[in-house]
Amino acid sequence: MAFNYRNLFHFFVALLLLGGISSVAHAEHDDDDDEVQVVAATNAKWKTECGACHVAFPPRLLPAASWREMMSGLDKHFGTDASLDAATAREIGAFLDKQSGGGKHASPAKPLLRITETGWFKREHDEVSAQTWKNPKVKTPSNCAACHLQAERGNYSEHNIRIPK
Amino acid sequence: MFHKFQMSVLALAAAAGLMSQSAWAITPGEMLATIKDEAKVAAPAFQGFSAARGENFFKQKHANELSCASCHSDNPATSCKHAKTSKVIRPLAPAANAERFTDATKVEKWFKRNCNDVLERVCTPQEKGDVLAYLLTIKK
Repeated sequence: MAFNYRNLFHFFVALLLLGGISSVAHAEHDDDDDEVQVVAATNAKWKTECGACHVAFPPRLLPAASWREMMSGLDKHFGTDASLDAATAREIGAFLDKQSGGGKHASPAKPLLRITETGWFKREHDEVSAQTWKNPKVKTPSNCAACHLQAERGNYSEHNIRIPK
Repeated sequence: MFHKFQMSVLALAAAAGLMSQSAWAITPGEMLATIKDEAKVAAPAFQGFSAARGENFFKQKHANELSCASCHSDNPATSCKHAKTSKVIRPLAPAANAERFTDATKVEKWFKRNCNDVLERVCTPQEKGDVLAYLLTIKK
């Protein structure tokens, strides 16, 4: 009997460990450039709520001031009501704060809210043709998953890009 | 002593498993009954829900040239794409997606948001119930 319990115990420990390992595996870095390509840290509420209507964009792509501004205006989120209950908003806000990017994406005057307007995004995507941006399969530059096949999993590696025809 | 520890680990793991499901899972039929209670309070003359009226409401364009179908498609038994972001939205009809209308908090959250976007106001219990009645008539 004790043996069975021990087996089960080991099974659950293994499950817990697997959770840890999978997040470490996601953090593996590509060597083709030094920019952010992989979302390492995650939070269940962030993933569910921010990933409901669009890809849950990597927190590191905007500075804390931008995320704070974003979270304070969720009822008018780019023309859409994305409001959350207070407890969920607090948890996601704290996660974004902690995982946000540093000063290099910061704009001192007014915080940028669109990742696609940051200098980083523009530099990273300067090889993308105007024709591609106009492709109905892409539709909007915020549609990461149109080209980044693993975007849903937080992986933006250049090895996982396919530009739709 | 060690057994007790193992048992509590098992209990914790089981609790975590349950919590990853929805904590207050209900059936779409129970959701409809809840909305019906709200409708009776909101309008004493309430005469029941109509799937036909719900379908019309679902497909009709309201404010901002938007309808429910703009994102959930004219055939809610299929996956479709968000009108603005192109993200895939899984089927809304419970027959095609068993998760739908099984979490009252989630249902209320999305009715609030989406009615604000599509109608620029909250929906009445009558409207919500009509739409759910319609969605429940859809076969896979």
